[in-house]
Amino acid sequence: MKEGILYTGVPSEEELKACPGIPSQDRMERGRVAVIECVQQIPCNPCEAACKFGAIHVGEQITNLPCLEEDRCTGCGMCVARCPGLAIVIVNRAYSPTEATIDFPFEYLPCPEVGDSVEAVDRIGQYVCQGRVLKVIQAGAYAGTCVLSIAVDKQYADRVRSIKRLSVSDTRQEE
Amino acid sequence: MNQQYYEPDIAIIGAGAAGLSAACQAAKAGADVLVIDENRLPGGQLFKQIHKFFGSYEHKAGVRGYQIGQALLEQVQQAGANIMLDTVAYGLFPNMELGIIHQGKAGTVKAKKYILAAGSKENYLALPGSTLPGVMGAGAAQTMIHINRVLPGKKIVMVGSGNVGLIVSYQLMQAGAEVVCLVEAAPQIGGYGVHASKLRRAGVPIYVGTTIQRVLGETQVTGVELVDLGPGFQPIDGTQRTLACDTVCLAVGLNPMTELAWMAGCNFTFLPALGGHVPMHDENMCTTLPDVYVAGDITGVEEASSAMEEGNLAGIAAAEALGYMTPEEAKRQKDAVWQRLQVLRSGQFGQKRQEAKQLQIDTTLAFLKGRRGGGQA
Amino acid sequence: MDDSMRIQNHPILGPLEPTATVTIYFDGRPIQARKGEPIAAALINAGIKAFRRTPKRHEPRGIFCAIGRCTDCMMIVNGKPNTRTCITPVEEGMVVKTQDGLA
Repeated sequence: MKEGILYTGVPSEEELKACPGIPSQDRMERGRVAVIECVQQIPCNPCEAACKFGAIHVGEQITNLPCLEEDRCTGCGMCVARCPGLAIVIVNRAYSPTEATIDFPFEYLPCPEVGDSVEAVDRIGQYVCQGRVLKVIQAGAYAGTCVLSIAVDKQYADRVRSIKRLSVSDTRQEE
Repeated sequence: MNQQYYEPDIAIIGAGAAGLSAACQAAKAGADVLVIDENRLPGGQLFKQIHKFFGSYEHKAGVRGYQIGQALLEQVQQAGANIMLDTVAYGLFPNMELGIIHQGKAGTVKAKKYILAAGSKENYLALPGSTLPGVMGAGAAQTMIHINRVLPGKKIVMVGSGNVGLIVSYQLMQAGAEVVCLVEAAPQIGGYGVHASKLRRAGVPIYVGTTIQRVLGETQVTGVELVDLGPGFQPIDGTQRTLACDTVCLAVGLNPMTELAWMAGCNFTFLPALGGHVPMHDENMCTTLPDVYVAGDITGVEEASSAMEEGNLAGIAAAEALGYMTPEEAKRQKDAVWQRLQVLRSGQFGQKRQEAKQLQIDTTLAFLKGRRGGGQA
Repeated sequence: MDDSMRIQNHPILGPLEPTATVTIYFDGRPIQARKGEPIAAALINAGIKAFRRTPKRHEPRGIFCAIGRCTDCMMIVNGKPNTRTCITPVEEGMVVKTQDGLA
């Protein structure tokens, strides 16, 4: 089977390596930073406007891939909820000696709660490890998109990109 | 019978993305505008789009479709256009009268200019079992979950990997359904990769080079039989496998609803990239009939942002033609719209549409030139 | 009300707003519906998928386009055949019957 986002719906390792929105390993070790996994030339640039620090460049030609200026990025996360493609996560490899955090958009119900243990998954929805929910952010500016922050074992920071949907029977908040 | 009679400057058929944008521009310029729509609520398909739109800041990228729709509707109302709902436009006649049925009563509209913005409808896919209850358009499923708040099924198989198939699959999961898989006959995914990635992260497999050979079930859908496709889209024997599901959604393209344009006598051109037969139109969205304009999916299937821009163009051009705007002011505004349109039709996904739209305009201009020069040839 | 298919809460659209209910009758069976919703939505919520049977082979059909274009969802509504149930709102006491053929 052919690799690559056009065939599988998931960026290949080569595509991620060539992607200008992905910070260096060195920058990731220094703390919170945006990881923009946007590898196709689509007409879209809200991430550029979302960034108050001028760290994301798309330019006049809005089909350009977003380019991350990693030293300007503070990992604030405004771009995460703004990206219509849900293609941005915030990774923090400096969270603790053993754990990294991933902030990612989550638009399903039910929504987990802070402190929950959740099943962290990779780009193809496969279980990677357990994660611990640190934050559940539902800001007005996010327009309905919830951003979850979870802590996982540091070795999985480059693999974990979401969590398994909770089944409706897991809903504790109702009743 | 006492027939209702309306004489607006501009009558717009369709209160969706294109029609409302046209209404907004024309009414702002001072024209007396009447928008006609068969539905009981305005907005067309725009209010069903709950995902955040792509595009640039000017296109309100990052804002959800239904919120763009609400804002547009408010602008139309502020601009003073009249919207007549529950009104079927059943015919545009050679004398340039539009026959309507408003709340069950017949009426006539005699406008100076018409803007046809009727949109498009979903394609059907004929295969064994595809008439079973439970097989429906992806757009139908979207209408059910977002407007009617009812799940059409709990286990869905989606056919077609264009943006409609990808987005509606995601939205069905948001509404609480399970998407069993998405199949695509072509060897690659048709829509944006980022939409496909959302499905993959949720564990939904995407099978390219695969189609449904049969839909299974006696009185309603109980499953599908999938088959891999080889060269020339020929099924490969021995690759058949069955999956259980209760709903099959078809996202296999749309076709423009051109009936009124045909009936009025507009000339057409055949452009497969735009969904088939589409009315010829120039840079002003004017058809080969000087009083009939077109905008949105009726001119060739694209998406909501370009439909809104085409609506803007048609609205400005029709207002200009009626003297509500100076040619200079109209040109300035139209140039700005064209610039934004070109942006939407760029990149690896827009190039094909860009070329087809250009061909459509070039064909029209050549046709009009030929018609004018016809006497001398 | 059998609300098994109803989307009570939605991550983007929020909780379903309460509304008055009306009763319609599907082939004699009473069905609760949300005031103003299309007949087709009320039937699907009640688990009914087959709306009519075709003229020649009497095969079942359900909704296809849900926007009033394809006419696959036609039923006999208050005695009126060929009614597009996907765009016709429910009314209290409405009598909805499976349509066999052209009725």
